[in-house]
Amino acid sequence: MSDTHAQTVAFVRDTMLPPEPPPVSESGAVKWLRENLFSGPLNIALTLLGLFILWLLFSTLWPWLSHSVWNANSMAECREIIAAAHGPDASGGCFAVIKHRWNQFVFGFYPVDLYWRPVLAFGALFLALAPVLFADSPLARRIVTGTAAVLTFAIAAVLGAGGLELAAIAVLLLAWILLIEMRGDLALVATLLYPFLAVWLLWGGTLWEPLMALAGFVIGFVIWRALSAYGMFAFAAAVLAAVLWWLLLSDLVARGIAAILPMRLVPVSSDQFGGFVLSITIGVAGIALSLPLGIVLALARRSDLPIIKTMAVLFIEFIRGVPLITLLFVASLLLNYFMPPGTNFDIILRVIIMVTLFASAYMAEVIRGGLAALPKGQYEAADALGLDYWKAQRLVILPQALKISIPGIVSTFIGMFKDTTLVVFVGLFDPLKAMSDTIRASFEWKGAYWEPYIFVGAIFFILCFGMSRYSMYLERRLKRDHR
Amino acid sequence: MVDYPGAASPPFRLSMLIYDRRYRSLTIQAVVFILVMLLASWLIDNTLKNLAIMGKTLSFDFLFRRAGYDIPQQLIPYNSDDTHLRAATVGLLNTLQVSILGCIAATVVGVIVGVLRLSQNWLIARLMTIYVEVFRNIPLLLWILVILAIFTEVMPPPNAYRGESPRASMIMFDLVAPTNRYTAVPAIGLSNPPGTIAIGREGISWALIAFVVVLAGAWLGHRALRKSAKRVQDATGIRPVTWWKVLAMYLVPVLFLTWYFGLHLIPPVLRGFNFADGTNLDNALVVLWLALTLYTGAFIAEIVRGGILAVSKGQTEAAYALGLRPRRTMSLVVLPQALRVIVPPLISQYLNLTKNSSLAIAVGYMDLRGTLGGTTLNQTGREMECMVLMMGVYLLLSLIISGGMNVFNSRVKLRER
Repeated sequence: MSDTHAQTVAFVRDTMLPPEPPPVSESGAVKWLRENLFSGPLNIALTLLGLFILWLLFSTLWPWLSHSVWNANSMAECREIIAAAHGPDASGGCFAVIKHRWNQFVFGFYPVDLYWRPVLAFGALFLALAPVLFADSPLARRIVTGTAAVLTFAIAAVLGAGGLELAAIAVLLLAWILLIEMRGDLALVATLLYPFLAVWLLWGGTLWEPLMALAGFVIGFVIWRALSAYGMFAFAAAVLAAVLWWLLLSDLVARGIAAILPMRLVPVSSDQFGGFVLSITIGVAGIALSLPLGIVLALARRSDLPIIKTMAVLFIEFIRGVPLITLLFVASLLLNYFMPPGTNFDIILRVIIMVTLFASAYMAEVIRGGLAALPKGQYEAADALGLDYWKAQRLVILPQALKISIPGIVSTFIGMFKDTTLVVFVGLFDPLKAMSDTIRASFEWKGAYWEPYIFVGAIFFILCFGMSRYSMYLERRLKRDHR
Repeated sequence: MVDYPGAASPPFRLSMLIYDRRYRSLTIQAVVFILVMLLASWLIDNTLKNLAIMGKTLSFDFLFRRAGYDIPQQLIPYNSDDTHLRAATVGLLNTLQVSILGCIAATVVGVIVGVLRLSQNWLIARLMTIYVEVFRNIPLLLWILVILAIFTEVMPPPNAYRGESPRASMIMFDLVAPTNRYTAVPAIGLSNPPGTIAIGREGISWALIAFVVVLAGAWLGHRALRKSAKRVQDATGIRPVTWWKVLAMYLVPVLFLTWYFGLHLIPPVLRGFNFADGTNLDNALVVLWLALTLYTGAFIAEIVRGGILAVSKGQTEAAYALGLRPRRTMSLVVLPQALRVIVPPLISQYLNLTKNSSLAIAVGYMDLRGTLGGTTLNQTGREMECMVLMMGVYLLLSLIISGGMNVFNSRVKLRER
């Protein structure tokens, strides 16, 4: 080819031209702006609308936020500081109220010298959860446990725990972390023991009471394993033994051992609970209890046994049909009617029971959705392998169904945690309404409306948003795509 | 376990109740049933004993006694000489009022936000994401309290609208005036009122009935028109143009009635220290309505977004391949499929909103819980009866709403082979 034109063509390029950069309008920020903000008349209008909203938010909130005061002892002092700095007409946030009443927001009326106990209970919660939540990423687990342990110790020290207590905290945390790192399987047992530790730490009293409650479960489990050859009888016997233990013996034994070896912490009564300690106590207890109960209810609702199915349907539809507030009123007004005359049990416990029942009905529906979404072949395959009902559920059905329902389960958790603020209407001191009302009722912080709401809202946002992000992470981790 | 024909079935033994799968399910159910009944009878026995100790009997007589308290928000005439039953009815109507208003507004907010979150516009999509995440992750009670604080602390008192150079100005074309005590909105007036029909102590205007009848008629006509258009299309392949007939069917009678009755808006006017002529909406209602709307709207936005995303792109592409225009693709292909995904969770959000309206307790709005479960309960001391009644009514509301959902579900269900 080159021969043909060798004489006729004046110039033949033998190297490629270097590529030109794309036009300015087709690259970089300009292209992005054109495509995402100004691609057409509608888009331009929307962009302007968005800018207007931003400007509106900024112009109302920014002056107020930028004038905020963090160090003052009363609302009047705040106003003076703002007037001195920004002129007499300026308004600004007085976040000093958060700093000043921080302990009340977090601990309610918990005795000041015992603050280390809820702190330890909360820190230990992360140690209990880490082996479960981060089962196959040791790095995340170590970061979480390490941070939790260090912070717990530091905060307990700052809040004035005594030397003996600090030593005990350090030993407990270190031992637990070592356990998690060395013997992962035993760490799960420690997780199961955590609720009893937390109850002891939060409410105080003798350690033997929660331990004896735990002993009931152990007795039941041992009997069940020992008699496992007898199938249903073993289960019935185990339940019966545990109930008998709790009703007849556990109190006696607890008192007996306590007389010899007290292991006592100063008792704290339920009306001293408040703020985030209360919210998190109710929230965590409700979450931990409602998941197993929800699974049982979902299985019952999908069961072949008509009576059991009917009862599950009635229960779930009843709970889902009434507002949580009415259930809380039942807890505060009616629950004592249902108990034998003379019993009067703890209001927080009553609320936890009601919140758990409420959440478990929603949980049951979410899990039922997961069960229904599972292809029928899975059930048939489990049957074909000769698994009995419980083995099939445990090994084949539930792991898959629960995985499908993770988003729903976590949003039920989030809903329940948000609903813990409603306990204010039965006279408990939630951080949102009761605490901010209490603080506003004091002379020096009269008129502090926005700051407590912003603070409490931010904490709730962080916790709930964190939970929803974790559920996304979990979904990704458990994803088994069949491509 | 397969039964072979001809094989002699073994004689029944007691142990088969436990080891034979055919009988075991009966045993389990019988045991569970007996246990639950025992539990129930124990609870009822305890309740009766406790009531006897307190000297109370179960009786609903109090419903017919004089209530003796006032309700600031009432849709039907009520005064303190009326019975507790009427007070509870007023409360129920208030619950329904805020729920229905909230459901409508939350749907509007939710659909707009859900669609905007999917928009190409980066800024708007981000702003809507922030709105959704912020409102979903913070308790409803906080939003109610914040909006209440905005209304009581930030809104001007009514007299701020007074004078030559008022400190506050009315919004929405001078029709709405939010104040720290109430929100003044226009009232609907008739210059040629046709009289009322009395139902109990409440009068219902004939004009309202006429409008309802006319709209219902137009709806029926619309349906018939659609059916005949479909028949024509099936027969000839050409769909007759119907949009102006539909428009006329709705508009002409409505405009005629509006003209005939002289329907007009009466804007609120400041007289003395307060607004008059218009309707002064209690702020309790406005606050609760706004909070429920914004909170539920965020959830509905997610549902709408999920529903639209659930229709696979292949459906749109297939519709384009068939030559459908974008608008018809949306209305004939995407929306019907998206609605099937959207509506069930949407209705359960309506249910949630109705139940959440019981948070009226935080703003002092007298809903069912405020009357029957609040003042009535405290005055008569009949906790058991009031709570049972209240839960029963809420349960009934939920059952009605979920019944509606079931009807819809069975109508749009995918008919598979």
